Amino acid sequence: MSTPIILVDNLTKRFGDFTAVDHVSFEVQPGEIFAFLGPNGAGKTTTISMLVTLMRPTEGRALLAGHDVVREQGAVRRSIGIVFQEPSLDDRLTALENLEFHAVLYGLSAAERRRRIPQVLEMVQLADRANDLVERFSGGMKRRLEIARGLLHTPRVLFLDEPTIGLDPQTRRHMWDYILGLREREGITIFMTTHYMEEAEFADRVAIMDHGRIAALDTPEALKRQVGGDVITVRTTDMEKDAACIEEQFGVKVQRYKDELRFEVENGEVFIPRFVREFPGTILTISLRRPTLDDVFLKLTGRTIRDAELDEKDLQRYRLRSRVVRPRR
Amino acid sequence: MWHTLQTVYIIWKRDVKRWWRDKPRIIGALTFPVIFLVVFGNGLSGAMGPLVQPQAASALPVGAGAVDYKQFIFPGIIAMNVFFASIFGGISVVFDREFGILKEVLVAPISRGVVALGKTLGGASVATVQGTLVLLIAPLAGVKLTLGMVVRLWPLMFLGAFAMTSMGVALGSRMRSVEGFQAINQFIAFPMIFLSGAFFPLRNLPAWMEFIVKVNPASYAVDPLRRVVLEAQGMPPAILDRLAEFGLGLELFGRQLTIWHNVLIVVSFGILMNVLAMYLFSRQD
Ligand SMILES: Nc1ncnc2c1ncn2[C@@H]1O[C@H](COP(=O)(O)OP(=O)(O)OP(=O)(O)O)[C@@H](O)[C@H]1O
Ligand SMILES: [Mg+2]
Repeated sequence: MSTPIILVDNLTKRFGDFTAVDHVSFEVQPGEIFAFLGPNGAGKTTTISMLVTLMRPTEGRALLAGHDVVREQGAVRRSIGIVFQEPSLDDRLTALENLEFHAVLYGLSAAERRRRIPQVLEMVQLADRANDLVERFSGGMKRRLEIARGLLHTPRVLFLDEPTIGLDPQTRRHMWDYILGLREREGITIFMTTHYMEEAEFADRVAIMDHGRIAALDTPEALKRQVGGDVITVRTTDMEKDAACIEEQFGVKVQRYKDELRFEVENGEVFIPRFVREFPGTILTISLRRPTLDDVFLKLTGRTIRDAELDEKDLQRYRLRSRVVRPRR
Repeated sequence: MWHTLQTVYIIWKRDVKRWWRDKPRIIGALTFPVIFLVVFGNGLSGAMGPLVQPQAASALPVGAGAVDYKQFIFPGIIAMNVFFASIFGGISVVFDREFGILKEVLVAPISRGVVALGKTLGGASVATVQGTLVLLIAPLAGVKLTLGMVVRLWPLMFLGAFAMTSMGVALGSRMRSVEGFQAINQFIAFPMIFLSGAFFPLRNLPAWMEFIVKVNPASYAVDPLRRVVLEAQGMPPAILDRLAEFGLGLELFGRQLTIWHNVLIVVSFGILMNVLAMYLFSRQD
């Protein structure tokens, strides 16, 4: 294995007595697409903020392209590009002016600017809109422009914090075409966060994050293999009794989730006919599917990602009610 | 070094462009002074009468150097326009933060002090232009425009603008919400410009008020503008040297300040504020 381009060692961030990122450690190899998958408030953005030098870690350390994110901020900043979760374009400038601004901040020469800017605009298919004010752009166009901007200075690592949030499925697919193509053309490392599990599937490796910790880290396939073969979901008339019955009779571990029973079996297609034949209770519905990363999340945390997001909303409502004033960023 | 200069330039350029595209702001910068001049100028000039009345005993002909209130507040209105544009330009770092653009700048491989400097120069340039716009309404104030006057006003406006924009950036660096901008306007900007001698002659003031005027740095930015405008109106040197007596000039420790004294004070304050702005801006996360 080559030397990692990102090395994170026990990275921790506390806000007061709340720990947003809790002793996180991992490595990312050059050229990898690495994804953080987790619900709202898991600590994804906070981790990125530390890696891109915008926040000081409370504890632990991180190296980016061999440079310490606290002591060698300049070198780290030169090696990275970032697309923030929240919009960060100047609406009153044109697409071209936004890119010019960025290029100058990153010290690109006039010749490099003339060469690179049309290139990245072409890549995100905005060349014909170069001279339009950004305030006239749609959300998807703005996002694409931000990606172009993040790539303008040919960074070694591109951070994408929820790059496709709020985009329609078609634009999202387009975006992924760019991102995957990028790795091929520019050979850069991509560090992204998402809470769409379908999206995490594109990554080479996925870290599942919850409550500031990494619950599991592996390739999407390996993670799904942890779940077992296929996921069977049944609804029956007597959930309580039937759960125990299924566990006993078929030797599987049943998870009760809302009004369903879920369990994993080796070979679902063969299992279902046998189950229908031998199960003594009344089956209302039955379904079979390949495991998703959400199943992995459920298995690891006992909640689905969507549940976890609801929890976080309650928490936020609670925080508002109790008037805990938190400074913003 | 080249990279630093380019960075300052592009940040300056961004603020100037944003201003140019913000037509309502430009129109506001033109109409507010007109309203001020028409309402206060006309409303008060009758009541106040001529502000300079050479005594019969003096060597000067009666009526020489007569200044009415409209001519008096004209440089004050220039100062006001420069002042508010400067504060706004400086504080606009808060808007940059709110709309996310600041993060893009903070994560770039450049010194934050340089960013603060670019921001200050951009704001100061815009403020100087906003001050220059007031010259368009000189006829309304009965003020004669001369090329010499305009050329001398520019550097004075710019120095004042630089000092006040620096102060704005320093204040904005520590501010996390746009709401704070209102507070700054009410508790810092308005008192500063109103207690700077921009709008009333500094004569027979209560002691506390005179004290505030004299510790207020904005006063020293207003004073030289007035001096230049009055001089261009053909005021005789004998009266120019005694402006403080009529409350039309600033006096410190019993001596009337010259333009150079004022410049020295404004530049010192500007440098202090700029260093503070760079420091505070660099320290944020
Ligand atoms: N500046 C801050 N001060 C206090 N708490 C903060 C601050 N920034 C983040 N937090 C808290 O830290 C936790 C992690 O936030 P973070 O933004 O990293 O989550 P995330 O995984 O990016 O979530 P999302 O998917 O919603 O973007 C949250 O509970 C959040 O409220
Ligand atoms: Mg986030």
